[in-house]
Amino acid sequence: MGRLLAPAAMAVALLFPLAVPNEYYLYVAALAFIMAISATGLNLILGYTGQLNLAHAGFMAIGAYGVGILTVDYGVPFWPAFVASGLIATAIGVLAGLVSLRLKTHFFAIFTLCVGLILSLVIEKWSDLTHGTTGLIGMQPPAAIGPIRFDTTMAQYYLVLAFLVAALWLMRRIATSIVGRSFVAVRNSEDLAQALGIDVFRTKLLAFALSAFYAGISGALYAGFVRFIGPDLASETHTFDMLAFILVGGIGTLGGPLIGAILLTILTQSLQFLQDYRMIVFGPLLILLVIFFPHGIVGFVRLRRARAHA
Amino acid sequence: MVMFFQQILNGLTLGSVYSLVALGLTLIYGILHIPNFSHGALYMVGAYFAYFFAGSLGVPYWGAMAGAAVVVALLAVASERLVFRPLRGAPVLHDMIAAIGLLLFLEAVVQAIWGADFHRLQSPHTQIVHLFGLVAPAQRLLIVAAAFALMLGLHLFLQRTVMGSTIIAMAQDREGAALVGIDASRVSMVTFAISGALAAVAAVLFAPISLVYPAMGDLVILKAFVIIILGGMGSLPGAILGGMVIGFAESFGAFYISTNYKDIIAFALFVLIMSVRPSGLFPGGVR
Amino acid sequence: MLEIQQLTKRFGGLAAVRDIDVRFEAGKINAIIGPNGAGKTTFFNLISGFHRPSSGRVLFDGTDVTGLRPDQVARLGIARTFQTTSLFDQASVLDNLIVGHKLRTRSGFWDVVFGTRRLKDDERCCRQKAEAALEFVGLGQIADRPAGDITQEERKRVAFALALATEPKLLLLDEPAGGINPDETHALAALIRKMAATGLTICLVEHKMSMIMSLADRILVLDHGEKIAEGTPAEIQVDPRVIEAYLGADYVAA
Ligand SMILES: Nc1ncnc2c1ncn2[C@@H]1O[C@H](COP(=O)(O)OP(=O)(O)OP(=O)(O)O)[C@@H](O)[C@H]1O
Ligand SMILES: [Mg+2]
Repeated sequence: MGRLLAPAAMAVALLFPLAVPNEYYLYVAALAFIMAISATGLNLILGYTGQLNLAHAGFMAIGAYGVGILTVDYGVPFWPAFVASGLIATAIGVLAGLVSLRLKTHFFAIFTLCVGLILSLVIEKWSDLTHGTTGLIGMQPPAAIGPIRFDTTMAQYYLVLAFLVAALWLMRRIATSIVGRSFVAVRNSEDLAQALGIDVFRTKLLAFALSAFYAGISGALYAGFVRFIGPDLASETHTFDMLAFILVGGIGTLGGPLIGAILLTILTQSLQFLQDYRMIVFGPLLILLVIFFPHGIVGFVRLRRARAHA
Repeated sequence: MVMFFQQILNGLTLGSVYSLVALGLTLIYGILHIPNFSHGALYMVGAYFAYFFAGSLGVPYWGAMAGAAVVVALLAVASERLVFRPLRGAPVLHDMIAAIGLLLFLEAVVQAIWGADFHRLQSPHTQIVHLFGLVAPAQRLLIVAAAFALMLGLHLFLQRTVMGSTIIAMAQDREGAALVGIDASRVSMVTFAISGALAAVAAVLFAPISLVYPAMGDLVILKAFVIIILGGMGSLPGAILGGMVIGFAESFGAFYISTNYKDIIAFALFVLIMSVRPSGLFPGGVR
Repeated sequence: MLEIQQLTKRFGGLAAVRDIDVRFEAGKINAIIGPNGAGKTTFFNLISGFHRPSSGRVLFDGTDVTGLRPDQVARLGIARTFQTTSLFDQASVLDNLIVGHKLRTRSGFWDVVFGTRRLKDDERCCRQKAEAALEFVGLGQIADRPAGDITQEERKRVAFALALATEPKLLLLDEPAGGINPDETHALAALIRKMAATGLTICLVEHKMSMIMSLADRILVLDHGEKIAEGTPAEIQVDPRVIEAYLGADYVAA
């Protein structure tokens, strides 16, 4: 059953544009995929490595602003700007990680919350660079790659889907490798990990940098897709959204963030009034999940299957 | 020179508000080792209830403050019973996520009821006081006076009453306190009630010279976290001292550097200090 | 093999370990005993790099390892277990063990991205090591069980297997028989003997006196952070200072 799941999901995702009644659904689905890429990155540092990084949306915003500023204000073509933005987000992630990862548990969470806040305040106040509260407009859609053009929503949907698949493929590789196992060992117990010869700080820094890279890429896609960005993108509410995706789907699991992103997007879409007040549902949902269902959907299924096997 | 004293008064005002919020936060951390991210939401809810009592029901300012303090204290106790108690023994990550969930919920509810707009809470004390050739708005003086009175009250409560010394005993040694038969759940409920009431009072004191809006607690709570980390998590004098340091840094920073960046000052200071001293200014706590 | 010189650790005013000199011989089973709070765990923490000594030196096979980080010490061949074993309960026992051998491999992140041959070799090696270690501690049959479902005694054995997977020369065991019943304690003692028989040097902290007396080649006795005696089990049993240290102490001979 498990083996067929990924190809089946892939088939559904590929056929989805042919089945939907209008472009709006396509737009929403692509947005959910973009958020899922970012949440997959957050899941690496939070889920696999056990560090509650509350600055994650800030790195997504860096990716988005990177593309926005480079293409609009400096005339850099889309794809070079895209790559540069991913790398800038990673570089800033390494710097932030170098400082914040020396702190543990609560201190790390609080510190990164402050880092996120600083990032969003800087974006808001440094208007010469970021256009401040007015935000950035006038971005072009992703440039054509050879004969493939991305100026329709459907084409953009497939582009985003391709990135999502690549992101999950790489994450799977990481998570199942011994490097991924060292992340889990750190989450499980830093003392035990150290006793096993794992350099805890370097391991966390790698996870942090990678998660920032995922956020950066996702933000860069966001900029090319939504084509309007404001300081809101860096706000902690965005990080909390991703937190909810991860917890619903399954923390520390490969498919969890994606499943959570899709389910919660469907939920908010089907309850239109929730748009602005979705946190009335998400907030208690987070609480109930950590109390009663801390492993999320994927974790739950997986544990049951493991018990049945043994 | 006059401007300089003005900044001192501003610093004292801000510091008083921050200290009250930080005191509640540090009390909870001391007892339960939870960084209560929802504390800022309690602060905000306090301001809204006062706004509701005073604005819609016509209750006088001080009555509205008392009402808000009671409501928020109850809310804090409910959060302890419904959210944090079921998570006792769970990984720290879960406490933090649940606290965030609570924060999101409270903000969204307030926004659903009162909207996202800014409101103003009127205080009856709008006069300007002339003191030794200086001018000072009465509300600011009141904030400082009320905050110090509360701190003194809290000090007396913790030192002179059985419940107070129980709280201190538990903060110092949780396992030991359980061994000598301290009723841990009663202590944590009282602690939550106190910390909620302190947050509400701080909000209602500050609201007349700031504004009431759903995200008003976000910056305050973060600053309170900065304060208690700098002052030593769980330390009461540290919370007051740290509150004053941040209050003064902000008021002078806003004046001498730029108002635009005044909210960043506290965090920049924090990031700077933590980069150099990852264990805070007073690692052992200055209990 | 392991030489400790004038080792001291102070926490504030309290000297948890004070001026300890001792040598452990290769291939032997060495026990460290002492009343609660005597400084035994602290002593282990100092050797394995979790605490930095206030003064003194730790020499391992002639090299000075004082002040190294725990992961560096582990690479040099000192493995340890903890008083409580934290495993990833949702994963299988074998999955918990595979990471144990990572310190002997060289593949990094880029090997993962490119799926290099070195990575494949390393992963195969880690898995084989984990399986062999699990087999060695007698748990081959529970490899696929979720770690959260195994018994306390099996947990202790998994902790041993994890330490063995790092290919240590010296193994520090902190209260391996804590919280398990007498029969299981016997079996665990047999396992410790089996490990020593492979040439591994063993150092263990334990409160169960009968186990220590039958197992240990040499015993080091700590009290209030100080070494009060050292010798063979026969010598220790009649040492007046040891008897005095234990008199009145809340002590269970198991
Ligand atoms: N990190 C620390 N900070 C401060 N004091 C410590 C620390 N670790 C241990 N101590 C103190 O050092 C002393 C020795 O503790 P240690 O844990 O080494 O004893 P132990 O012999 O292992 O006891 P047990 O048999 O109960 O495991 C104790 O008084 C303890 O309180
Ligand atoms: Mg011990």
